[in-house]
Amino acid sequence: MLWLRRLGRSGLNFFERLGRGHLFFFSILSGLPSLVPRGHLLMQQLFSVGVLSFLIILVAGLFVGMVLGLQGYNTLVDFGAEESLGVMVALSLVRELGPVVTALLFAGRAGSALTAEIGLMKATEQLSGMEMMAVDPVKRVIVPRFVAGMFSMPLLAAIFSAVGVMGGFVVGVGLLGVDDGAFWSQIQDRVDFYDDIVNGVIKSMVFGVVVTWIALFEGYDAVPTSEGVSRATTRTVVHASLAVLGLDFVLTALMFD
Amino acid sequence: MFQSKNIEILVGIFVAAGLAALFVLAMKVSNLNVFNDEGGYPVIARFDNIGGLKERAPVTMSGVRIGRVEKIGFDNDVFEAVVTLTINDNYMLPKDSNASIFTSGLLGEQYVALEAGGDLDNMQPNDQFVLTQSALVLEKMIGQFLFKAAEGETGE
Repeated sequence: MLWLRRLGRSGLNFFERLGRGHLFFFSILSGLPSLVPRGHLLMQQLFSVGVLSFLIILVAGLFVGMVLGLQGYNTLVDFGAEESLGVMVALSLVRELGPVVTALLFAGRAGSALTAEIGLMKATEQLSGMEMMAVDPVKRVIVPRFVAGMFSMPLLAAIFSAVGVMGGFVVGVGLLGVDDGAFWSQIQDRVDFYDDIVNGVIKSMVFGVVVTWIALFEGYDAVPTSEGVSRATTRTVVHASLAVLGLDFVLTALMFD
Repeated sequence: MFQSKNIEILVGIFVAAGLAALFVLAMKVSNLNVFNDEGGYPVIARFDNIGGLKERAPVTMSGVRIGRVEKIGFDNDVFEAVVTLTINDNYMLPKDSNASIFTSGLLGEQYVALEAGGDLDNMQPNDQFVLTQSALVLEKMIGQFLFKAAEGETGE
């Protein structure tokens, strides 16, 4: 009887959290217009969410591209198709790895920081303090971070893909001796702007919204103790990563049929 | 805490780098041709069988790309495929040119190859090719080959 009750309680908790999360999302959306007269807040958040993630994306993109070039070459050379190396690297980066790996890194780098920041704001009662001063914490604290995350993700993913293609180029053409012209012409022949690049941008924007939403909600909903904040931070990384991978399947199925 | 001027500069660099990366992807990596989306005139080729020809496939003459396949339709009166080709404005085709569907490489994509005729007049927009050659279908060829081989055996 006891475990049945426990099961019911955890189910109820789950749906309660899910509902709170969605209500939170709607309150962010309805707070969006309030950002217009507060551009400087967005600027600060673009800095801490976007600029500070810049370096990790740059390095990760370069190495992922280089590894793709190396691995792809070893497989393709057996079929005498090493000229297609560029297509393989570019398509896998633009369609999949760019948005997904960027979102995973983004969840780890920016998402956890957002959760910890907001959770601590809640634990130190800064959010309640704002409410006391008739400042809506959602509008003042949450919305700028949300918008910054939504816009940073596509930019970061584009940087990741571009740097990755360069990494593949360095390894393929510079190190392994794939023909320079064939590398680029095959890429340009096979990568379509709307089907591949625009869809990749849409994907990364969706990931940006989801990761930022989860991170902000976990922080806002955290138990206001040091343990609660640390749990919320862990949950952000786990949930955001799983959500990104799951959503990636759905979006891929919808876009690239 | 950084000064707000420094923050603005860094954010500016970040946004510029992101947009530049997107631009590089669009221009260098994809086949987007906004700046030379060459205008062209349509000509029509009718084929018995177009095989695996797709829209946007290249149209070549002597191996040089001079246009692309715009639309593929089907004429239900004579049961033929109607392929609309867009030929770049720079190129003129004699009226009696012919069109064939070939495959690039062994397993590559199919494209339309044009061969110039000797007529002094040029093709006008929406003109039709007089002579066309369909795509070769591998199964059909093998079938014909086997049929010939069998015929040869019984003939002896």
